[in-house]
Amino acid sequence: MSAPILWILVPFATGVLILLFLREERAPVTGGVVAAILSLTALIIPIDIAQLLGPVSFKISSTIQFFGRSFALHTADGPLLAIIYGLAALWFFGTQASGTKNRFVSIGLMIVALLTASIAVEPFLFAALLLEMAAMLVIPLLVLPYQKPGRGVVRFLIYQTLAMPFILFSGWMLAGVEASPGDLGTTTQAGTMLGLGFAFLLGVFPLYNWIPMLMEEASPYVTGFLLWALPTFTVIFALGFLDRYTWLRTSPQLSNAIIFAGVFMVASGGIFASLQRHLGRIMGYAAIAETGLLILAMSLKSTEVVNVTFLLLVPRGLELAVWALALSIIKRKAYSLRFSEVQGLARSYPIAVAALIFAHLSVAGFPLLAGFPARIALWQELAGQSLTISFWAFAGLFGLLIAAIRTLAVFVMAEENKPWELNESWVQGVMLGLGVIGLFILGTFPQILQLFIANLPTLFDHLGQ
Amino acid sequence: MLIEIVSWIAVALIVATSTAMLINRDWRVSLGALAVQYIAAFWLVTRHLPFVMGSAKLVTGWMVVAALGMTRLGLSHIEEENEETFWPRGRWFRMILIAIVTLVAAGSTPRIEAAIPGLGLQVIAGSLILIGAGVVHLGVTSNLLRVILGLLTMLTGFEILYAAIESSILVAGLLAVTNLGLGIVGSYLLIAGVYPPDSEDEETA
Repeated sequence: MSAPILWILVPFATGVLILLFLREERAPVTGGVVAAILSLTALIIPIDIAQLLGPVSFKISSTIQFFGRSFALHTADGPLLAIIYGLAALWFFGTQASGTKNRFVSIGLMIVALLTASIAVEPFLFAALLLEMAAMLVIPLLVLPYQKPGRGVVRFLIYQTLAMPFILFSGWMLAGVEASPGDLGTTTQAGTMLGLGFAFLLGVFPLYNWIPMLMEEASPYVTGFLLWALPTFTVIFALGFLDRYTWLRTSPQLSNAIIFAGVFMVASGGIFASLQRHLGRIMGYAAIAETGLLILAMSLKSTEVVNVTFLLLVPRGLELAVWALALSIIKRKAYSLRFSEVQGLARSYPIAVAALIFAHLSVAGFPLLAGFPARIALWQELAGQSLTISFWAFAGLFGLLIAAIRTLAVFVMAEENKPWELNESWVQGVMLGLGVIGLFILGTFPQILQLFIANLPTLFDHLGQ
Repeated sequence: MLIEIVSWIAVALIVATSTAMLINRDWRVSLGALAVQYIAAFWLVTRHLPFVMGSAKLVTGWMVVAALGMTRLGLSHIEEENEETFWPRGRWFRMILIAIVTLVAAGSTPRIEAAIPGLGLQVIAGSLILIGAGVVHLGVTSNLLRVILGLLTMLTGFEILYAAIESSILVAGLLAVTNLGLGIVGSYLLIAGVYPPDSEDEETA
């Protein structure tokens, strides 16, 4: 057995089998269990190291050849795979509680498998093609068969497709830059192409307009999954570029461009979120601000760049899952998710409202919640580089805090005599409760994450060393 | 010499089909032009890739055209193409856009050939015209079929140029899957919302 077969082919084939043969009701548990098993396997069994199980010796080999190119997952990838499939399991288990069916689990498993392939493929720049394929697989989840496609989904498709040629070309040009680093023209062209490619992929300001649109048009749970999965793997892909090409790490112009892109996203995402009157759009802008934080983390001129980036990535998955689940439950009651329609819902959906507010506060970096330790670590590093950048990052997070307070105010604006009710099902209550407990545990005991992220810097040869 | 001439004919065909796709409002003409465009692209791709790999791109392209055509054929009684709502619009505006794309491609082709020798003037020109036409197409329409046509045109242009620098079978395969995926996604988006939901869909919403 080889690692790419286990963590790419098996989940992809499982997704296909669930799609073809399994009833929608059983899909969440099946998909969740498969993802959880893959996560535990990645955590327990090291790749490429012989293991003894009683009298039997076995080894998960790291590489597989495919059409003349290789897919490789090394020992250092183990914790990363555990994180990815663990968070995917969380999303799949929550499917039933969110009421999202329509092939979410089956296609979701295929998407995660394709995205895992994107970190395994060598040469690594071919990952752009796999990211594009994953983006196309998301479309049937975003647009239901009886629903007219909106502008958001069309823009999403356009932007993701435009990203691929830019990145593939830039990868080829970067090889030329390596050969003659003094050629300023080629360097500028390669840097611009790479920047444009990642700007389209990550939805850098102002190319993120599809995110709030999608949050209005599509299921919040599916969009939340998309906003977790694609940026996570894109960031790992981008770290691969920074690690592979020395001049990308050392170029002051590119470093400034990354910092400004990140700070624009944090500040604009936070400020726009504070001005919205739609719960979905607020979540969209919060996700934009979080992506901005990830970009800022990648711009750090420090050995902590990998640690801080992954410290941001792990809680992001939990925050978005809890937020999207709570939003899905609320959306079944108030379809449009506008403030005018969710007013006073705290008394009829107290668990969902509480979970939503806690997830929102965690994204805003509120103390004791999962997002706080990562933001403190990022601030500490940023403050050493530039106080202005730190200020604007703070302004963005402050905007998110204002949005959280406004949301809370709208939720509790109920009529005086309205009684408290518990309209969530027990599955929804348990899932949201566990999610909120997870947010507090990660916020209070962030050292738990060390189990996963301590060895992640070894994924990269130069970055963070 | 003959190969050079045929290659320039392919470039002329690309200009003609791109213009036809951009200015004609009939989806049948646009899809027909796309199918012809894939023949021209096939010829330019085979300047650098083996015949079999070029054929794979041609067959993939035609499969995409067939998928889109069959989907659109089933919708012809339901939905007519709406006039774009933005200004400026109209045939002359689009003709001018294509002329600009052609001029820019003509101007930059020798410079790119000088910077990256060996690609071939026709390959660069054809590729740049397709990329430009695709981007222009995306810029002037919000119609779903036309957006997909724009993306496919842009991708075809990219594939011609990328074939000259990367001959990996895996990349060719993944690009073919991407093209097919775009066609299928386009077909899905075209029929989404056209038919009323059945009871099962309503339950799972």
